[in-house]
Amino acid sequence: MQAFTTLTGIAAPLPRANVDTDQIIPARFLKSIARTGFGRNLFANFRYNADGSEQPDFVLNQEPYRKAELLIAFENFGCGSSREHAPWALLDFGIRCVIAPDFADIFHNNSFKNGLLPIRLPREICEKLMDDAKLGGNARLTVDLERNVVVRPSGEEIPFAIDPFRRHCLLNGLDDIGQTMQHTSSIDSYEEKQRQAQPWLHAAENSL
Amino acid sequence: MSDGKPRTLFDKIWAAHVVETLPDGTVLLYIDLHLTHEVTTPQAFDGLRLAGRKIRRPDLTLGVIDHNIATDASRYTGIVDDESRLQVETLERNAAEFGMPLIPLLDKRQGIVHVIGPELGRSLPGMTIVCGDSHTSTHGAMGALAFGIGTSEVEHVLATQTLLQKPARNMQVLVEGNLAIGCSGKDITLAIIGKIGTAGGTGHVIEYCGDTIRALDMSGRMTVSNMAIEGGARAGLIAPDETTFDYIRGRPMAPKGEALERAIAYWRSLPTDPGAHYDKIVKLNAHEIAPQVTWGTSPEDVLPITGIVPNPEEAANEARRAQLRRMVEYMGLTPGQRLTDLKIDVAFIGSCTNSRIEDIRAAAAIAKGRRVAEGVRAMVVPGSGLVKAQAEEEGLDRILREAGFEWREAGCSMCLGMNPDKLTPGQRSASTSNRNFEGRQGPGGRTHLLSPAMAAAAAIAGHLADVRDYQPTGSL
Repeated sequence: MQAFTTLTGIAAPLPRANVDTDQIIPARFLKSIARTGFGRNLFANFRYNADGSEQPDFVLNQEPYRKAELLIAFENFGCGSSREHAPWALLDFGIRCVIAPDFADIFHNNSFKNGLLPIRLPREICEKLMDDAKLGGNARLTVDLERNVVVRPSGEEIPFAIDPFRRHCLLNGLDDIGQTMQHTSSIDSYEEKQRQAQPWLHAAENSL
Repeated sequence: MSDGKPRTLFDKIWAAHVVETLPDGTVLLYIDLHLTHEVTTPQAFDGLRLAGRKIRRPDLTLGVIDHNIATDASRYTGIVDDESRLQVETLERNAAEFGMPLIPLLDKRQGIVHVIGPELGRSLPGMTIVCGDSHTSTHGAMGALAFGIGTSEVEHVLATQTLLQKPARNMQVLVEGNLAIGCSGKDITLAIIGKIGTAGGTGHVIEYCGDTIRALDMSGRMTVSNMAIEGGARAGLIAPDETTFDYIRGRPMAPKGEALERAIAYWRSLPTDPGAHYDKIVKLNAHEIAPQVTWGTSPEDVLPITGIVPNPEEAANEARRAQLRRMVEYMGLTPGQRLTDLKIDVAFIGSCTNSRIEDIRAAAAIAKGRRVAEGVRAMVVPGSGLVKAQAEEEGLDRILREAGFEWREAGCSMCLGMNPDKLTPGQRSASTSNRNFEGRQGPGGRTHLLSPAMAAAAAIAGHLADVRDYQPTGSL
């Protein structure tokens, strides 16, 4: 996983609530067995017409937002399915940070596992950042995860809260599995205890 | 284990699965059952391979193929779509390489992952169950803590049989009173989402309580819990009781004999203690719930079938007005229009929400002796090969076929638009699935969510219809 420390870039405004995972990456594009290549179909139903041509009104088809590295949206971003293809598609497009008033739980979780930073900020602040984002290429936003601040083009700094463990993993690009493997002996003894208390959970007839 | 403080069902299952609590409060949570399917696993197995890791407990892992397969006879001659075939073959190859039990595509037990878990007796009360699919909440109806995870977490569970989690908050949804005629678990769960909104349960596990829930059979309970995620909650829970135990008895992979009695004794200790604390409580009166149907592009935009399309200009603020205008336009509606005036092109009865035998019986009861309206494509997709076989044994397939419904092979089908069963742009469907998002059933498709009986009534009427006007013409 790529570490996340600071990011300065163009922010795309997507002033919508309930941006669901079927909007982010429609299911018909989930057939790939790779982790990469989903960026082309990010927001496919908004970005492309039925004949495959670009829909010029959609923000990510406009300059300078084709190179956006941040996305500003409204409430309940990422609701719907558990597909990790949603953060993969955002990252593959080049977006490394999404700022919204709140996020659906599974999307929020999946983002951290891939080095995509979801930042929760109150609606009124998201509206200000939305206005900044609408200014385009002259108004870059900075996200500084080491200092937990978003810096507006005006220089105003907006602090944000983040779970310390997740922040630590992002800053260092750490893989969860390696960390959990350090607790293998606890898992062993838990299993032994559970095998005594609830033997039916480990019985042979469970298998096909 | 407990300091005597009253605990919820969630608190008890959670506490029983804590392997270790890390210094910052993150919990290493043990997972009793990991269900897998072809769409959200290929990258997880790749990760294992790259790191030289194995599946820690293949015996607690079970794979099935459901999302991207066709539901017509083509599966018997080989999958036509190249990408779908590659994804299915990848799961088969990974299962063989890593020793994961997998139900083959042509096995009679094949079906939608959330249908087969309970059906085979694999999903049990008190368990922690995960799957790379948000509708894992379905298994919460068994009294199990069951939730959807992403592919990174799938890899984490494969490698360690645990997950790193923070505890959720407790939310109680209390439904009381007799369910009105024409209503089912689907109407209850839609009404709940209409009341709490799609983010109403975010950060919470919902426990569904009350005599209305207790009176539901397991199938109805699964429909209710299935859509907990549509209310923003990762998991739904229903306390195990005699209905649950009766359902489990005799299922092929469930404990039997003395082991079952010992398990039941434990399961009886799981229901929430009197006086336990819920962070949030929502109450509904069942007798006030009329048959429900969604009109917009979010499951919270739901109305009784007697309702009319709302006027966006009457919404409280500009943000909501803009949202509603977009929905009305996308759905091809006119404010003030009666929902029962909306003509449909497709009726879809299926999905992990509503494809169990009880759902098919409900549809067949309405269909019997009637005909699908001219120009409507009506399809019934059983949730598993076993559901299909049972329905055929009961003669339900014949009733449905005679009425003009297609009778298909088990799979996720038209719920999600990633297999050949899709809406074309502008088509309107009456669907028993769980999401009415833009493009969910195919680009430009317009989805109205409702119960199996309501979907059957719509298929016959040719437009959204009140099931109370289409009562059964005789017993099945």
